[in-house]
Amino acid sequence: MSSEDLQDTDTEARFEFKKEQKSALKADKGLTEETIRLISDDKDEPEWMLERRLRALKQFQEMPMPTDWPGQPDLSEVDVDEIVPYIRPDVDVRAGVDDWTELPDDIKDTFDKLGIPEAEKNALSGVGAQYESEVVYQNMRDRWEEKGVIFCNMDEAVQEHEEIVREHFMTKCVPPSDNKFAALHGAIWSGGSFVYVPEDTTVDMPVQAYFRMNSEGMGQFEHTLIIAEENSEVHYIEGCSAPKYSAFNLHSGGVEVFVGEDAHVQYSTVQNWSKNTYNLNTKRAIVEENGRMEWISGSMGSKATMLYPSTILKGRGASDNHITIAFAGEGQDIDTGAKVYHNAPNTKSTIESKSISKDGGRTNYRGLVHIADGAEGSSTAVECDALMFDNESTSDTMPYMEINESNVDVAHEATVGKIGDEDIFYLQSRGLDDDDAKQMIVSGFIEPITEELPIEYAVELNRLVELEMEGSLG
Amino acid sequence: MATLEINNLHAEVAEEGGEQILRGVDLEVASGEIHALMGPNGSGKSTTAKVIAGHPAYEVTDGEIVLELDEEDVDDIDVELSESDYRWNLLDMEPNERAALGIFLGFQYPAEIEGVTMTNFLRQAINAKHDERQELFADEADLDEAADEDEDAGYETSPMEGPADDGEIGVAEFQELLTAKMELLDMDEKFMQRYLNAGFSGGEKKQNEVLQAALLEPAIAVLDEIDSGLDIDRLQDVSEGINALRDEQGTGILQITHYQRILDYVEPDHVHVMLDGKIAKSGGAELATELEDEGYDWVREEAYEAA
Repeated sequence: MSSEDLQDTDTEARFEFKKEQKSALKADKGLTEETIRLISDDKDEPEWMLERRLRALKQFQEMPMPTDWPGQPDLSEVDVDEIVPYIRPDVDVRAGVDDWTELPDDIKDTFDKLGIPEAEKNALSGVGAQYESEVVYQNMRDRWEEKGVIFCNMDEAVQEHEEIVREHFMTKCVPPSDNKFAALHGAIWSGGSFVYVPEDTTVDMPVQAYFRMNSEGMGQFEHTLIIAEENSEVHYIEGCSAPKYSAFNLHSGGVEVFVGEDAHVQYSTVQNWSKNTYNLNTKRAIVEENGRMEWISGSMGSKATMLYPSTILKGRGASDNHITIAFAGEGQDIDTGAKVYHNAPNTKSTIESKSISKDGGRTNYRGLVHIADGAEGSSTAVECDALMFDNESTSDTMPYMEINESNVDVAHEATVGKIGDEDIFYLQSRGLDDDDAKQMIVSGFIEPITEELPIEYAVELNRLVELEMEGSLG
Repeated sequence: MATLEINNLHAEVAEEGGEQILRGVDLEVASGEIHALMGPNGSGKSTTAKVIAGHPAYEVTDGEIVLELDEEDVDDIDVELSESDYRWNLLDMEPNERAALGIFLGFQYPAEIEGVTMTNFLRQAINAKHDERQELFADEADLDEAADEDEDAGYETSPMEGPADDGEIGVAEFQELLTAKMELLDMDEKFMQRYLNAGFSGGEKKQNEVLQAALLEPAIAVLDEIDSGLDIDRLQDVSEGINALRDEQGTGILQITHYQRILDYVEPDHVHVMLDGKIAKSGGAELATELEDEGYDWVREEAYEAA
């Protein structure tokens, strides 16, 4: 099936088999305390974790659905009660979906075009099959363990590293009270990664998603907790540009990052959700004195995404760098951005956002920079660039600034433009056809992101963008 | 040897009630010749250049643009050619197809493309031209076969290795070619890692246009005010580059300019004066000198007297 065909296939048909799965389970009750107890019990969790889940559930139930943000994506189709069959350990709904051949054609097709080795496809696609991690990765993991670096599944971390998890898990960074979906996440989270890097340690190879393929962390409510102690350094890469098919149409992950004094954490993610998914995440980092946090995000796919990685610059001289890219095609509403709180003097942030919209898709940059009273000598620079392919597509920019200190340096730049006819003609006059010319302009537009990624991810991201564009250009 | 024939070309701005700009242009440029196209602002020189290259902002309402080729121009094509493969009506073709056949447009204001390195761009352009040529000259049976092969090929490489490199020109071969051409134009190697024209000075952009022409080896190059904004040193480099296009590749040059100055370095075989959307007068190199001394009024008077 070509990408062009995909554009013509309606979403209903593409995900038909999922609907069959659902209809068999209508009898299950909604999201209740009992469901939460079952999950926690199944994982054999300590009492404190169960209590946190239950408290989060209560907060989730009390909080209203967010509907009053200006221009926010429509979330009215999100029905949380439908999650239950997929998270209850006693209901085996995944049994029938463990075969690669049963995945929707568009996802299989994209895998093929991305050149994902067959062995990895099952694991990446989110179906049940397991991927045997290669020996080389295991060797690397062993080497890190000698240095005291911990890298494991989040569920495993709750058991094996209880004290440190208890101290950091959804307490000071992303409490469930942060927003309704953070609360939901706190109640039903499962899987994800735990990374601990001790003092003065550099993890010299990016920690990559490949490691996680044989874990349960490929779920939709995964929690990632990264702790980088004083003077340590780590680059964590989550996800994969291959499309993730979700059984239930909500993804609500949580990411918490603790950057110690003089430590440096880079968190890169390239995600591509199937186009029925609501992608509602909460990601936050707290940065101590002279520490540095970098967020690099590529948001592809999904029906609607609301994602605003945030950084709290807590210590003097702490710094933050955000680079985000969003791509919205037909029927997609991608609402992404960044939040930075400058809570100490001489803190520094830069935000660079790139968005592409086509075929009536909508992208929105929603950002907040807050500079607290007393955060003197701080500086921030925000740059948002939007590229639109046609007159049907939209792109909005909502960069909020709250500056409560006078001795600061604030810069903001925004450009919104349609892909230039003169630019296309120039490239065509050199022999590139119309499609290739547009692809070259887009790959140049997102180059600031791709140059930050390891080469194999950059290649995948570029190919993915090409695939996304093919349908409209062909 | 290729010949570009423009006959009775009429063109207007492609929009409702668009202004007519070209009113019957006749012009013929052959390989190895250097033509200068001069004329006052608004006479239609740049429009002629853009219409030759296929700019979508203009609509051709009458006339034709034909590219005639001979054996030499198609010595890279393996398939057997028919008579129609030697004569192309450019007006039916996309800009990239025209480029593949050997038309090059040097822009007065080249586009700046952020994020795309010169190296990437140039290599992709060379390979695109090669592929398009094969496609244009191949007959339909060959094309079907090629499509079948593509279908079977799939992606065999892992993402770690990147896509299979199936372009005609390899990295090493390309580098060698590039280095040679850049030396000719006295360009710094650092250019190659910069983004295409982004932040280039006016002079650097013009050098880059000539570099691209040198790499793409067109049959006919139309250079739109390649001399504007150049200091004397750059003017000499660019001129040497243009002469080399003709002397080493046999490219035919149609050079649009306002000034005699560049013609001292790139001596034209023919000079044409454009007025009100037509060629009003043609002559040899001496015509350019006359224009420099006396302006265009006398040409206009002559033209209207004749009419």
